[in-house]
Amino acid sequence: MTAPLHEPTAEAAPSAAEEAALVSGDAKAVQGRSLGRIAWERLKRDKLALTGGIVVLLLILVAVLAPVITGLVGQDPEAHHEDLIDPLFGTPIGSFGGISGEHLLGVEPVSGRDIFARIVYGAQISLLVGFLSAVVAVILGTVLGILAGFFGGWVDSVISRVMDGLLAFPQLLFIIALVSVMPNEMLGLTGTGVRLFVMILVIGFFGWPYIGRVVRGQTLSLREREYVEAARSLGAGRLYILFKELLPNLVAPIIVYTTMMIPTNILTEAALSFLGVGVKPPTASWGQMLSNAIDYYDSDPMYMVVPGVAIFLTVLAFNLFGDGVRDALDPKGSR
Amino acid sequence: MLTYLIRRLFAAAVMLVVIMVVVFSIFFLVPKWVGVDIATSFVGKQADPAAVEAVRTKLGLGEPIYVQVWEFFKGIFAGRTYAAGGDVTHCSAPCFGYSFRSEQAIWPVLTDRFPVTLGLALGAALLWLVFGVAAGVLSALKRGTLWDRGAMVVALGGVSLPIYFTGLLSLAIFSYGLGWIDGQYVPLEESFSGWLGGMILPWVTLAFLYAAMYARITRATMLEILGEDYIRTARAKGLREQVVIGKHAMRSTMTPILTMLGMDLGALIGGAILTETTFSLPGLGQAVLNAIKTQDLPIILGVTLITSLAVLLANLVVDVLYAVIDPRVRLA
Repeated sequence: MTAPLHEPTAEAAPSAAEEAALVSGDAKAVQGRSLGRIAWERLKRDKLALTGGIVVLLLILVAVLAPVITGLVGQDPEAHHEDLIDPLFGTPIGSFGGISGEHLLGVEPVSGRDIFARIVYGAQISLLVGFLSAVVAVILGTVLGILAGFFGGWVDSVISRVMDGLLAFPQLLFIIALVSVMPNEMLGLTGTGVRLFVMILVIGFFGWPYIGRVVRGQTLSLREREYVEAARSLGAGRLYILFKELLPNLVAPIIVYTTMMIPTNILTEAALSFLGVGVKPPTASWGQMLSNAIDYYDSDPMYMVVPGVAIFLTVLAFNLFGDGVRDALDPKGSR
Repeated sequence: MLTYLIRRLFAAAVMLVVIMVVVFSIFFLVPKWVGVDIATSFVGKQADPAAVEAVRTKLGLGEPIYVQVWEFFKGIFAGRTYAAGGDVTHCSAPCFGYSFRSEQAIWPVLTDRFPVTLGLALGAALLWLVFGVAAGVLSALKRGTLWDRGAMVVALGGVSLPIYFTGLLSLAIFSYGLGWIDGQYVPLEESFSGWLGGMILPWVTLAFLYAAMYARITRATMLEILGEDYIRTARAKGLREQVVIGKHAMRSTMTPILTMLGMDLGALIGGAILTETTFSLPGLGQAVLNAIKTQDLPIILGVTLITSLAVLLANLVVDVLYAVIDPRVRLA
């Protein structure tokens, strides 16, 4: 298998016996297919989603192996090459922003830093913030959503009002404001480390109501189901019902919203870096490259196209994959 | 309907107060927790202690947070006088704060820049509503056809493209490359055609992004609604297809669209930061970004409050419209 997918639920792969029963068309075995397995089979037929998934996997590889990849082409993302810059205009010498065998995507104006190496390292920032802020949002959203839906009453009222309030906030502005009041050093982190930490927390914090609302709604409807009642009448405690009965049934919507949230978070990170409140130079990030490229959109258009396309392809891949996962996990889906 | 309206207005007022307190906390408490002196950031890093202390007294930064919020709130209606010893600065009502860094009251900054942002948001919203919803409805009606697939591929591409990239790209192509449009912003009072020329690229690029989003949502909602029983009933009654779609289906489709429109429009009016930065439009978003770069907190505070107000108002208008469109809401 080349696809970068896991079974969406925690269920184990079917045993050989089940596999054989499936092939022979045994009705009982067919009935026993888990949601995860059905979803995986649907997803396998969705070419666009698979392509998106593969691109996502490749991107993760690029981010993890960034030092190896830039080492292979012999470039350093922070090394200057002023000899490749036209001293009169500050733009790279040669066509298409100085693309050559050595500098695969050209070099930056003025400093002459290698764009390919910076794009590769920029993937680290994008994915790190995209994933980790989604994790923050999922944890907060799931816990608070379940609590609101399960306990109802004033717990629900308070959590729901907070969610409504957060959704009505001008988020980008608040994120910018929060990131900008943070100091240069805190909790033993400095510069880019602080910015990354704060961005992850803040983006995640503003993202949790989206998941929280869905989880709350699902919990509300699930807790009235017969199987929950059955568990309760058998003497199961609240925690048991929460974790063993409800949570497994919430996995599908949580996965769907997480995959949809990652590209949004990546765009937010790029936007913050574009606005100058993201990671600090000289650390490379795609949004920051685009922001620098504003001054050169007429004289060196390649400088803006490369990071722009990088953001576009990354977000598109996540969106394609996310759409596929959503369709595959949709219980109403017919495929 | 009236009680509904009153309840909504009350909720909005409460929300605004909450937002004000939160905004104050962000700017005056968070720095304290993480060990940054706010007064120092007003004066500059190498300021002498006496100057820092003067600023602290003048702005009332030593006061407890609720006193600060109250002083600010009072200033909006009654104006405010900042004083420390013989150094007095008056800020007339409505006073949304005073920037000591740029030596100006915040309110004129807001009123100067508001029309630019409003023009940008409204123009783009008109475009994206018309094209986005139309594309979504057509796609839903022609599900599975080449048109549907084509439109949805474009829409998926559209939601994956950041505005600061499409904006730069459109500037490079239409303004610099082809020379069709002069990308400079011209105020409406100076020249209508100049204003139109300066706004057309921001409008189109901004609208493209949102139209893509709206087309996707419209299509999904429309498809779901077309499967509802009441649509079947309408058809069974022998209604013409135009009426079934145009009257029955569209009404339900528009409700989620309206919700989104309220939020998006509110957020944009409060500061289309990215668009304004990309196209150098002198709106609220650009003002707040410049303020962030110079650590000019009063301006950030003022714009954040105005933004929150815009989001709240837009949501309120949408909720009222909602009640008009959807009879179920009125009963609730």
